Amino acid sequence: MMKSIILKSVLSSVAGVFVASAFAGAASAASELTVYTAVEAEDLKKYAKNFNKDHPDIKIKWVRDSTGIITAKLLAEKNNPQADIVWGLAATSLMLLGEEGMLEAYSPKGLEKLDPKFRDSANPTKWTGMDAWVASICFNTVEAGKAGLPIPTSWKDLTKPVYKNQVIMPNPNSSGTGFLDVSSWLQLFGEDGGWEYMDGLHKNIARYTHSGSKPCKLAAAGEIPIGISFAFRGAKSKAKGAPLEIVIPTEGVGWDMEATAILKGSKNMAAAKTLADWSITKQANEMYNEGYAVVAYPGVAKPVKHFPPQVASAMIQNDFAWAASNRKRILSKWQKRYDSKSDPK
Amino acid sequence: MTDQTLPLEKSAPIKPKLSRDDWVMRIFVLGIGLWLVVTILMPLYAMLSKAVQNKDGVFIGLQNFTEYFSTPALFNSISNSFFIAGISTVLTISLASVFAFILCRSTIPGKAVFKGIALLPLLAPSILPGISFVYLFGQQGVLKFVLGDYSIYGPIGVVMGEVFYTFPHALMILIAAFSIADARLFEAAVVLRTSRIRTFFTVTLPGIKYGLISAIFVVFTLVITDFGIPKVIGGQYNVLATDIYRQVIGQQNFEMGAVVSVVLLFPAFLAFAVDRFVQRKQVAMLTARAVPYEPKPHAVLNRIFFIYCCLIGIMIVGIIGMAAYASFVTFWPYNMALSLNNYDFDLMDGGGWDAFYNSLEMAAYVAVFGTTIIFTGAYMVEKSKGFKFMRGLIQFFCMIPMAVPGMVLGLAYIFFFNHPDNPLGIIYGTLPILVIVTIAHFYTVSHLTAMTALKQMDPEFETVSASLKVPFVRTFLKVTVPVCLPAILDISIYLFVNAMTTVSAVIFLYSSDTSLASIAALNMDDAGDVAPAAAMCMVIVATSASVRVLHALLTRGIARKSQAWRAR
Repeated sequence: MMKSIILKSVLSSVAGVFVASAFAGAASAASELTVYTAVEAEDLKKYAKNFNKDHPDIKIKWVRDSTGIITAKLLAEKNNPQADIVWGLAATSLMLLGEEGMLEAYSPKGLEKLDPKFRDSANPTKWTGMDAWVASICFNTVEAGKAGLPIPTSWKDLTKPVYKNQVIMPNPNSSGTGFLDVSSWLQLFGEDGGWEYMDGLHKNIARYTHSGSKPCKLAAAGEIPIGISFAFRGAKSKAKGAPLEIVIPTEGVGWDMEATAILKGSKNMAAAKTLADWSITKQANEMYNEGYAVVAYPGVAKPVKHFPPQVASAMIQNDFAWAASNRKRILSKWQKRYDSKSDPK
Repeated sequence: MTDQTLPLEKSAPIKPKLSRDDWVMRIFVLGIGLWLVVTILMPLYAMLSKAVQNKDGVFIGLQNFTEYFSTPALFNSISNSFFIAGISTVLTISLASVFAFILCRSTIPGKAVFKGIALLPLLAPSILPGISFVYLFGQQGVLKFVLGDYSIYGPIGVVMGEVFYTFPHALMILIAAFSIADARLFEAAVVLRTSRIRTFFTVTLPGIKYGLISAIFVVFTLVITDFGIPKVIGGQYNVLATDIYRQVIGQQNFEMGAVVSVVLLFPAFLAFAVDRFVQRKQVAMLTARAVPYEPKPHAVLNRIFFIYCCLIGIMIVGIIGMAAYASFVTFWPYNMALSLNNYDFDLMDGGGWDAFYNSLEMAAYVAVFGTTIIFTGAYMVEKSKGFKFMRGLIQFFCMIPMAVPGMVLGLAYIFFFNHPDNPLGIIYGTLPILVIVTIAHFYTVSHLTAMTALKQMDPEFETVSASLKVPFVRTFLKVTVPVCLPAILDISIYLFVNAMTTVSAVIFLYSSDTSLASIAALNMDDAGDVAPAAAMCMVIVATSASVRVLHALLTRGIARKSQAWRAR
C-alpha cells in the first residue's frame, strides 16, 4: 500500500535524524573541553595550539561568538550548562554569571602572581583575568584632513563644536563597550559632570551603533572621522592599512578585561582546572600580549605594534562592582536622555 | 461521499461513517500538529512566558509590560517599525506583483533569466545588502551623490535593504498565484469584448487575491521582525526588532526581550485573522475542467515589460555585484588593489571552509525534510475533511514563525531543548537541531506557497477520487504532487537557500562541530574583516545559485512530464 510506504519512509527518516543525533552526542570523548569564548576567531587556533604544547591530551572545542551573544547563550543555558569553561569573555559578563551562581569557585595555581586588579576579589576566585580591553578613540587622519578636523587628545575635546556630527559611539544599551565608556565618564567626571559631558558629546554624535567594534571599523573605512571604540580593534585595522590614529584620551580610559572562569557542574572538571591553571601562566600571558598591550601577569607586557604605548598608565581605577550595581539605572537614564533622538541626519 | 462536507455537528444523527482515508488523514493532521507544537509552540512558550516573570522566574503579572510601556523610546520604536514595514510593503508588493504578472502572463523573452535574477536576493545572507549599501551609498560610496544630503544610515537605508530582501519572498507567492489561471475566463472576456483593463480587474486580480494578501502579510511581518538590516544600516533608527536585540544581547534581559517579542506577535494574529477572512471567500481557480492560460504576445506592452524587468534586474545585480567587487578589493577605500586574499577562509577562521560544508549539509537536510513535512502538512490542512477546529489551529500555528524574530526562536530553542528534563535534549548542540529550527523558522512562507498552490486546485479531484474509492494517498501522489510540482520545487529551493543564509536563529544553537558559513560571514564582518565577509557571502550566493541551476536542469525533465497537462 502506498500510504504505508509513505508513512514508513517519513517515520524512518525522522527516526534517522534522531538516531544520528544520539550518536553525535555519544561520540564526545572525556578529554574534550567545550570552551566558550569571545576571543577574536583568528587567535583561537594559536591559543589551542599553545595550550596543547603543554597538555596534548586535552582537546579544545571552541564555541566562539561576540560578547553579547556568548553571554546571552551562557545565561540561557543556565539550567543545563553546555560549556565546561569560559576562556576569554568580558569580566563584567562573568560577574553576571557569578551572580547567577553559575561559576565554580576555584583559584588556579599561581594566582598570587597575577596583578590583583586582574582577579576576582573573592577567595577562592570565580574568575581570573587575561588581558585588558581598553577604550580609545579611532581617528581617521585622511577623512579628518578632508574635513579640516584637529586631532582630539582628550574626551573633553570631543565636545567641541568643530566635531559636530563627526563622532560615532556604541549605544550602551546594545554594547558592552558603550557601557564601559559611559561608566568610565561617570567615574572620571563624577555623576553630574559625567552626564553634563555626555550632553555635550551627544550634540556631536552622528549616530549610535549597536556594536562596540563598529565605530572603529567605520572610522577605518572612512565612513566617519572619529569612532569611539577600543584600542585593540583600532590596532588591528591599522595593521591592515587603515589611516588610523589611536588616541588615548588624557583624562584616562575605561576598560574591561577578558577573563577565564569554570562553569559549575562541568563534567570535565579536572581538564577545566588544567586549562584554568594554564590560562594564567607566564607563557599564556606572553601569548595574550601578542594582541593586547596590557596583560594580567606583571612584567610580561611588551609594547604591541600599532598600540599606543601609554595605554597601561591611562587605565582608570575601574570600579566594576559600582558599574554592575548601577548598570540598570545608568542605562535607563541614558536611554531617556539620548535614545529618543530618532531622526538621523 | 460528498455529504461529508456537511457540518458534522448539525448532522449528528446521520453522521456519515468515517472512511479509512479520513482516519489516516486525521492521524496525519495530528502528526503535523504535534510536530508544530514541539518545534514551535513549546519552545516559544518557554521563551515568551518570561514576559510575565521576573529574573528569578517568579510570576509577576504584567509588571514587565507596564515597565516597558512607560519607556518613551518605545513609542518611537513602534511607530518606526510600522512606518518602515508599511513603506517597504507597499514598495515591494507593487514592484513584485508587476514583475510576477509579467513573468506569468506575458510573452517577453528571457523570463527564466529574469526570474533567476529576481530570486537572487534570497541567496544572499542578510549582511550582504548592508555591506553593499555602505560601499554604494556610504560616506565613501560610489553612488553617494544619489542620496544628496540624506544619509543611507537610517530609514532610507533600511527601506532599501528591506525591499531588496523581501522582493523574492513576495515574488514567490505571487508567481504561485499568477501561474495557475483558467484560460476559459480570459477567452470569455475576449468573446465578450471586455477591455484589457476590465479583464485585469475582474479576472486577473480576483484570481490572485489570496496570494496577494498572503504576500502583503508576509512582507509586512518579515520587515517588522527583521533585525539584521536595521542593525547594520539603520544607524540609531530604532525599531522593535533592534529593541529585542538591545534587551537580549546588549543587556541579557530576557524578560524584556520576551515582552517586545510578544508585542511583535500582533501582526501575526492580524495576518491570521485576515487570512481566515479571505480564505472563506476564495474559490478554486483551477477547477477540474480548467484550461491552462497561454499568454498572447502584445508588442508595445512587451517592450515596456521588458524594460521594467531589466531595470529591476540591474538594481538587484548591481547590489550583489558591488559586494562581489568589494570581496576582491584588498582594503576599501585605501588600498583598491584586487586580490584573492579575502577568499582564504582557513586563515580568516570563523569556521573556515568546514563551516561552508556544514552549511551545505544542513541546507540539504532542511530542503528534503522541510519540503516533505511542510507540503504534506499543507495538504492535510487544506484537503482533509471535518476536524475543522484542529485544522484551523494548525493553520494558525503555521503563521506564528513568521512573526517571531529568529533571535527569539533561537533563544527559545535553548530554553526548551536544553532543559535538563527534556528528553529531546539529546539533539542539542547537533546538526539536527539546526535543521529543525531552520525548518520552523521558514515554515510560514513555505506553507503559504503550498497553500496557494493547493487552494487553486478544485476539491473535485479529491471528491472524484473518493467516489472511485481511490485512496487519498494515491490522489496525493498521482495528482496533487505532480500538479503542484512547481510550487514544491520552489519550496525546496526556498528552504535550501534560506538555510544557507540564515543567521539569527542558528547563531545561538551551533556548536564547535556545526559552525555555519553564514555565521562565519557575520563574525568576520563583526571583526572588521568586511571584505572576507563579502567573500563568504559570495561563496554562499554562488553555491545557492549553482544548486538552483542544477535543480532546474535535473527537474526540467520531470516537470515537463508532470506539467504536460498544462499544454493544450
